[in-house]
Amino acid sequence: MTKSVIFISSAVLMMIALFSCRPPAPGAAATGDAASRVYVPPGEHDEFYNIVSGGFNGQASVVGLPSGRTFKIIPVFSVHPENGYGFSEETKPLLNTTHGFIPWDDLHHIAISTTNGVHDARWAFANANNTPRVARIDLTTFKTVEILEIPNSAGNHSSPFITENTEYVVAGTRFSVPFGEAADVDVPISTYKENFRGAITFISVDPDDGEMDIAFQIDAPPFNYDLARGGKKVSRDWFFISCYNTEMAHTLLEVNASQRDKDYIMAINWRRAEEHARNGKGTVIPAQYAHNKKDKNTHSATSTIKEGVLMLDPTELKDIVYFIPCPKSPHGCDVSPDGEYIVGSGKLAALIPVFSFSKMIEAIENEDFEGDINGLPILNYESVLYGEVQRPGLGPLHTEFDGKGNAYTSMFVSSEVVMWDLKTLEVIDRAPTYYSVGHLMVPGGCTADPHGKYLVAYNKITKDRYLPTGPELCHSAQLFDISNGRLELLLDFPTIGEPHYAEAFPADLIKDRQVRFFRIEDNNHPYVTRGPGEARVERESDNVVRVYMTSIRSHFRPDNIEGIFVGDTVYWHVTNLEQEWDLPHGFAIKGANNAEILIMPGETLTLKWIADRVGIFPFYCTDFCSALHQEMQGYVRVSPRGSNVPLTYSTGK
Amino acid sequence: MKWIAILFSLSMLALMVSCGGETQQTERKTTAERQTASKVEQKPDPRGVGEVTKVELTDPLDQSMIRRGKQISDVKCAACHKYETEERLVGPGYLNVTNRRSPEWIMNMITNVDVMLDEDPVARAMLEECLVRMPNQNISIDEARDILEFLRFNDEEHAGKRDRGVL
Repeated sequence: MTKSVIFISSAVLMMIALFSCRPPAPGAAATGDAASRVYVPPGEHDEFYNIVSGGFNGQASVVGLPSGRTFKIIPVFSVHPENGYGFSEETKPLLNTTHGFIPWDDLHHIAISTTNGVHDARWAFANANNTPRVARIDLTTFKTVEILEIPNSAGNHSSPFITENTEYVVAGTRFSVPFGEAADVDVPISTYKENFRGAITFISVDPDDGEMDIAFQIDAPPFNYDLARGGKKVSRDWFFISCYNTEMAHTLLEVNASQRDKDYIMAINWRRAEEHARNGKGTVIPAQYAHNKKDKNTHSATSTIKEGVLMLDPTELKDIVYFIPCPKSPHGCDVSPDGEYIVGSGKLAALIPVFSFSKMIEAIENEDFEGDINGLPILNYESVLYGEVQRPGLGPLHTEFDGKGNAYTSMFVSSEVVMWDLKTLEVIDRAPTYYSVGHLMVPGGCTADPHGKYLVAYNKITKDRYLPTGPELCHSAQLFDISNGRLELLLDFPTIGEPHYAEAFPADLIKDRQVRFFRIEDNNHPYVTRGPGEARVERESDNVVRVYMTSIRSHFRPDNIEGIFVGDTVYWHVTNLEQEWDLPHGFAIKGANNAEILIMPGETLTLKWIADRVGIFPFYCTDFCSALHQEMQGYVRVSPRGSNVPLTYSTGK
Repeated sequence: MKWIAILFSLSMLALMVSCGGETQQTERKTTAERQTASKVEQKPDPRGVGEVTKVELTDPLDQSMIRRGKQISDVKCAACHKYETEERLVGPGYLNVTNRRSPEWIMNMITNVDVMLDEDPVARAMLEECLVRMPNQNISIDEARDILEFLRFNDEEHAGKRDRGVL
């Protein structure tokens, strides 16, 4: 009797609680003390760094949690007017590809490096979706230091995802395309099934300096490869990649790629694949790709075009690729912290399947197959399934974990986050998002050791959440407290660009490792000016002049230059002699059609400028550097070609 | 006439206010540095403020120290300090510095410049004159000692005397 009363009243309470979780109008969702829980007092620091992809802006942003404040934009695949990335001669090579210089791409996912499945936060990796590339960002300088082009790939979406010790960064292609020699790739689109192929690229990462290179590719069926996760702990040797369009349609995919009840999660035994590659079991096929690297002592990037990739054929090397049936057009494919559960999120499915790694291994050993794709085994769904989360919501996309046995799945169509128990598969809580959530992120939530304190939802639609700014609106993120066994909305904050995946890690991991300035003694830039005694101007040829210039509070040296002629290309190699944290100098010159530069202390950067007419051209420092910043300026005199003005330069004369 | 005076003082006021804002921006100090700065010392110490409290000078001058000191100075200091004169460029010229200041003060000024500019009355007076904070060039104590040797050499060569500032 008493029990049933308690049961009924708690059920009623639950219903009220559930009901109150769905506010009648937007804006009424945060709890009373939410402000104090996200407040970081002046001068204090946030607890987590959150590295957030910028989507179509091609950048990543650095956000503090729980405050939601953006500290920095890291330019990766796009030029950046804040610091001259992609404009300075030193950074232009980073954006080179086999298609030439690309000023703007689409960055979707972030992967923070791990050791034993736990963030070491040495590097952040990011993908260029449009012209396939993977970038590496050094988290001691927050600068992009390497970009590797991915051949045989198109729409580099299933990327970048890493193995447990960052042995490999994996990049799966969204679009299958033909590859090989020119004759192999000039084919009718209607021969999709015969001629198109899906390349899964394994990029090796040097454990000491992080340098990347393409180790091998796997020649997979012509599906669309969407998202991926490396296994961890028990499943550390495996990689899981969601596949859609297993119908192999090449037109009107909205309909034609949504026919089948189940698509697949592709399971790759990457250890075996690595062994085969090492034993020369693949074929080197023709391919070209750009490998761009920035040297930390010359502050300059170089771009090299490399040839050929090692291709592994899984229909011959039979122990590397297996398919797990997964309903329906799976998007996210996420692995639990212990490595045992693989959660597939079928965009069009009404349930969330949870697969068991140990059952998968058992099924492989027992050859418990329900069919094959070109000889690649399809495992029996029931044999690999741990269970299904029933009626979770509509449009499941991505799942993160809190390390306390809970999973969180974003529901795009029903615009909510659903919290569920990884063991019982029961839904525990749900919270609305504003609006149409895409990716989710728990700090460390994709690692073996999540910090289950916060969850951030990155939304696709913003509408009325902020002061309106015409038709083009910012995207939004929402911070939830998950430390109390439920979802409590604390904060909305705007994001830069469109946030796709993001990762977060404790600030203490890297904040004391930050480079504060570049040691001038270590500056090996070919055009460095080590001290004012070396400041000079040299005419290299009839129409090329190099200015070796220093900047320090608050003057340039030299600051008066004559003997430049119309048509001269002038390279301004500016060395910032400051050796103090947070003392950049800027450099801008009138008429520069190549932007400006911002030079960090101890760094040398180059602005290319063409003298296009006769006259006096002023230049000045663009970053307020001292009380006499407004005095930090100079002049260059441009004379008609053929005039007899000698090349002279001076300071203080 | 009155109008002009009022206008003038108003514009001065505006100027002072805007300058105040800029000065605050210029002083890019960390919170920790600012906390140190709040403990203003009243009694001027001719050795300045910092970890250098006693410098042992040697005779004759050490040639390799002079060479190293000049190398560092050429890269990190010469943009603002002329060597063979007292004339100010951005900061004062080097000439006679070892005759005016103690070796401890010189080394503290080089290695602990932010605190010196906040707490040492002599350094503060110079900041008021020059109006550009001397940059912290992240020079170690050993490197500062090399620079001091170069300054002693510079004074001996071009002022005919050195080390008169020794306490």
